[in-house]
Amino acid sequence: MVWAMTNGHFTRLSALGTSVYSLPSMVQTSPVSFEHDAAHPRRGERARQDIADGFKRWRLAWALARTDITHRYRGSVLGPLWVTISTAVMLVSLGFLYAKLFQIEVGVYLPWLAVSLIVWNMISQAVTESCYSITSAESVVRQMPLPYSVHALRTVFRNAVVSAHNLPLIAVVFLIFGVAPGWGALMAIPGLILLAINVFWASLLLGMLCARFRDIPPIVGSVMQIAFFLTPVIWKPELIKESQVFLPLNPFFAVMETMRGPLMGTGASLSVWIAAVVYTAIVWVVAQAFFTRFRNRVAFWV
Amino acid sequence: MARIEAEGLAIEYPLYHHNARSLKRRLMGSAPRRLKEDDSHRVVVAALRNLTFTIERGERVALIGPNGAGKSTLLRTIAGIYEPVAGRLRVEGEIGSLIDPAAGMETLATGRENIILRGLYRGMSEAEAEAMAEEVVAFADLGEFIDVQIRGYSAGMQVRLSFALATAMMPEILLMDEWFLAGDAQFMARAEERLKQLVTGADILVLATHDMATVRRWCTRAIRIEGGVIQQDGTVDEVLGEA
Repeated sequence: MVWAMTNGHFTRLSALGTSVYSLPSMVQTSPVSFEHDAAHPRRGERARQDIADGFKRWRLAWALARTDITHRYRGSVLGPLWVTISTAVMLVSLGFLYAKLFQIEVGVYLPWLAVSLIVWNMISQAVTESCYSITSAESVVRQMPLPYSVHALRTVFRNAVVSAHNLPLIAVVFLIFGVAPGWGALMAIPGLILLAINVFWASLLLGMLCARFRDIPPIVGSVMQIAFFLTPVIWKPELIKESQVFLPLNPFFAVMETMRGPLMGTGASLSVWIAAVVYTAIVWVVAQAFFTRFRNRVAFWV
Repeated sequence: MARIEAEGLAIEYPLYHHNARSLKRRLMGSAPRRLKEDDSHRVVVAALRNLTFTIERGERVALIGPNGAGKSTLLRTIAGIYEPVAGRLRVEGEIGSLIDPAAGMETLATGRENIILRGLYRGMSEAEAEAMAEEVVAFADLGEFIDVQIRGYSAGMQVRLSFALATAMMPEILLMDEWFLAGDAQFMARAEERLKQLVTGADILVLATHDMATVRRWCTRAIRIEGGVIQQDGTVDEVLGEA
């Protein structure tokens, strides 16, 4: 029988065992009480509760994001610095080539490209990774009751840390070419917050959709690839002349420009800000509606 | 006041990532009992069907039944992971679930990091998690290995860590799957006292198991589930027969 035991062990361990229960800090995660009633699912209330709980547990999301990054670069000598290096290499090679092709001075083009590429990488990587926010936490989703918004926050934090590795590059390029954006650059912060809101909701929406339909990540991947060419990332908006006015219709452009404009010292136009806020609101509303409706099915999807 | 109350509880798993068409065709031929088509023509597994029961404070309930009967699904539903497609479930009391010891374990993190992470999963602050780490380190008795990545652990060490982690809590409602009893005899002897405290400290125990000796030893009530339906519900002697 499995429960057979020797008295020697019994006494020795009881001392250790007891001490655990004297800890005042033994708090449980699980809700103290809950009711699941299929006839009255109270979806809206429970979805909002999920998000409130998720934000309360930001420490967990932060710890998980850090673990993700250590895992990704495990055994690598330079670790996340590879992000910086590969962006730098790409910048230099694209910078000189396209300055020539577009016949723009390198000193003008390269700082612009640096900001463009770095902001774009941040957006594109966040969107791609948001597809895996739920499926990558599959084992946890099926074994522990946890707010799903924790997984979305984890994606936001992880992307923020990885992207932060590129920021010094902007400073270096600006120093080399003597670009000084001035205090207006601080306006990039509201832009960054808009992006964070987008990534959070996209992680819930795309994360859930991709858990249910496994064909979505490749679709998102190719959409992002097309968007890279259609959005003024390597080409300057001036190149399409009067068609520029239509650019805010591209959500990627709008969100990107709220950061790129201020960083370049030119600021972003009002239409860009309005467009970015509207797109963010749309993502928010759609994602929250979807989350509210299907939250209780996610555990079956993974 | 700990209490679990289920009324007409039903859980269905849709079979998503699967070739549903050919399965459907095959289903037409036979008379399936647990696989069925739902309103939107998806193939679903009726994991639990119309369960009604109440577990009061002080009861130690064994869930018994063959593999695939729905025991683990019921545990996960009580834990709040799965939500019913029909019926109602009300759980009052802090839940501690020992369903999967490896859930949330990061093999590339050290033992200590995993302990802290588990603490955060349980909703502790970092300071509380550190305090738990001290306790867990003492019990798991891993010595210097506590600061080594857990993929470098022997199987025995991993079990010790999982066990110490899982049992470092004092819930009102304790949900246990039988993996807990599957350790080697020597380890179970070591862990005996601690498990006993955990079980007797909880107001309600729900244990899914195949081992009837365990049922007789720990439980006051047994629920036999087969094919997702409650077949028998009563005292251990009523369900298993006199020992």
